[in-house]
Amino acid sequence: MNAAVAADSTSELVRPGEALEVAPGVHWIGALDPTLRTFDIILRTANGTTYNAYLVRGTEGVAVIDTVKAGFADDFFARLESVARYDEIRVIVLNHLEPDHSGALPELMRRAPQARLYISTRATSMLKALLKPNEDERPFEYQTVGTGDAVSLGDRTLRFLHTPFLHWPDTQCTYLVEEGVLFSGDVFGCHHCDSRLFNDRCGDFRFAFDYYYAHIMRPFKTHVMKALSLIEPLPLKLVAPTHGPILRDRPRRYLTRYRELSSASFTERLDDTHKTLLIFYMSSYGNTARMAEAIRDGAEETAGVRVSLYDLEGGELAPFVDLIESADALALGSPTINGDAVKPIWDLLSSLAVIDLKGKLGAAFGSYGWTGEAVRMIEDRMRGLKMRVPVAGLRIKLIPTEAELDDCRAFGRALAAAMTGADAGQTTELADLA
Amino acid sequence: MAKAKITFTDIDQTVNVPAGTRVIEVSEKIGAGIIYGCREGDCGTCMMHVEEGWNNLTEPSVLEEKVLRENMASRHDRLACQAQILGDCRVKPA
Repeated sequence: MNAAVAADSTSELVRPGEALEVAPGVHWIGALDPTLRTFDIILRTANGTTYNAYLVRGTEGVAVIDTVKAGFADDFFARLESVARYDEIRVIVLNHLEPDHSGALPELMRRAPQARLYISTRATSMLKALLKPNEDERPFEYQTVGTGDAVSLGDRTLRFLHTPFLHWPDTQCTYLVEEGVLFSGDVFGCHHCDSRLFNDRCGDFRFAFDYYYAHIMRPFKTHVMKALSLIEPLPLKLVAPTHGPILRDRPRRYLTRYRELSSASFTERLDDTHKTLLIFYMSSYGNTARMAEAIRDGAEETAGVRVSLYDLEGGELAPFVDLIESADALALGSPTINGDAVKPIWDLLSSLAVIDLKGKLGAAFGSYGWTGEAVRMIEDRMRGLKMRVPVAGLRIKLIPTEAELDDCRAFGRALAAAMTGADAGQTTELADLA
Repeated sequence: MAKAKITFTDIDQTVNVPAGTRVIEVSEKIGAGIIYGCREGDCGTCMMHVEEGWNNLTEPSVLEEKVLRENMASRHDRLACQAQILGDCRVKPA
């Protein structure tokens, strides 16, 4: 390595109390959290994380974009003070109000009371709930913005992009027009802490990038696609997310990766000519299994419906979650043991929060010994997951008779009819609904 | 008791209900596509579009109107957890 390159790479290391210039007049003023091992309960972080905040200097003032988790406020303020005075700050942008980005906001607004806060329209109720001022304090003043809105710093312009649900309803991106810098919030971020900070300098974080997407963005794929349609046309020199490496080397690769990951559910459908029903079951003595088979037989009588049947005992959860993501309907069968559905069913249901279930149909069934609560519980959980439950659940006491297996086939046909829309145009009395 | 018809146009299903019934009490049972979050008029998840019979629902409260505004509701959108059915109407997920 020659001396010039060595000097360059050394100057790009994050150092205590110093901001790091990431683009002309744009400084990283965030914080490193290398010892964190679990983020937000749901994410493991083998390399810790970073809380990225940025400062943009224009001829007519300074903008601060995002802050850090409250416990890291000292790092943030020290880095901010290394490149700007508080009385220079005219603009504060919060792209996302989650506490790891809004933690230092109250103190920043106390130190820079002249600054105007810019947030998305959806962020207002969260702002009030997160930053509850004391009675003797004035309430936070803010301005809501959406796509097309902009704020000028003299020679520089910050434009806002409305990108909700990436990863909360409030999320937005901010684009520095003159430098082609996208302050993307959680989008294109990941939990990977590395003082080399830039994607072309730091360690391999590709798994962290995909892992972050899988847990944070995957439930909102349609929103990701809408956001990409806003972001992709922009000239981009650098993507500056709120977590993990700053993406200056071929930043478009990360947009492409998001499009690939978000397109999967559309392209991996089994086929385009059938509605797909997945039936999963657990069975102690074969009774719920027999119900599952009869439901499958009934559903398959309907043209245009393709049914798959799985014993949950024989599979891993992750591939089943992938299957469910691209299916139209899901039927779960569980016996009732000690007044509850069995654990593998709950394990599957609790794994579905990472995919978008809205509009999918759900159904529940099961054999039981004396109380049979499992079916209703599964239905309630499916509704909680925002699935439609069009056919009341089917419970059979212990061993199904031939007549009861006919009920199962009818249940399968009714579910298939709801999938194909063959049950449309009916009128029902409220009292007749389960 | 006065009766009313509510039609969920996304699934083309109609339910006869006693006047005063909240939409949330019907839509889940029939399996309509309206989805729910907080169920108490705060989150805006259950926003629905009223295709016909706007005046056959109870008036939105000040709080409901605020939540509708924050969620960028369009004309004739309501929260299904708040609106009560007074006469015939047709709704779908917003």
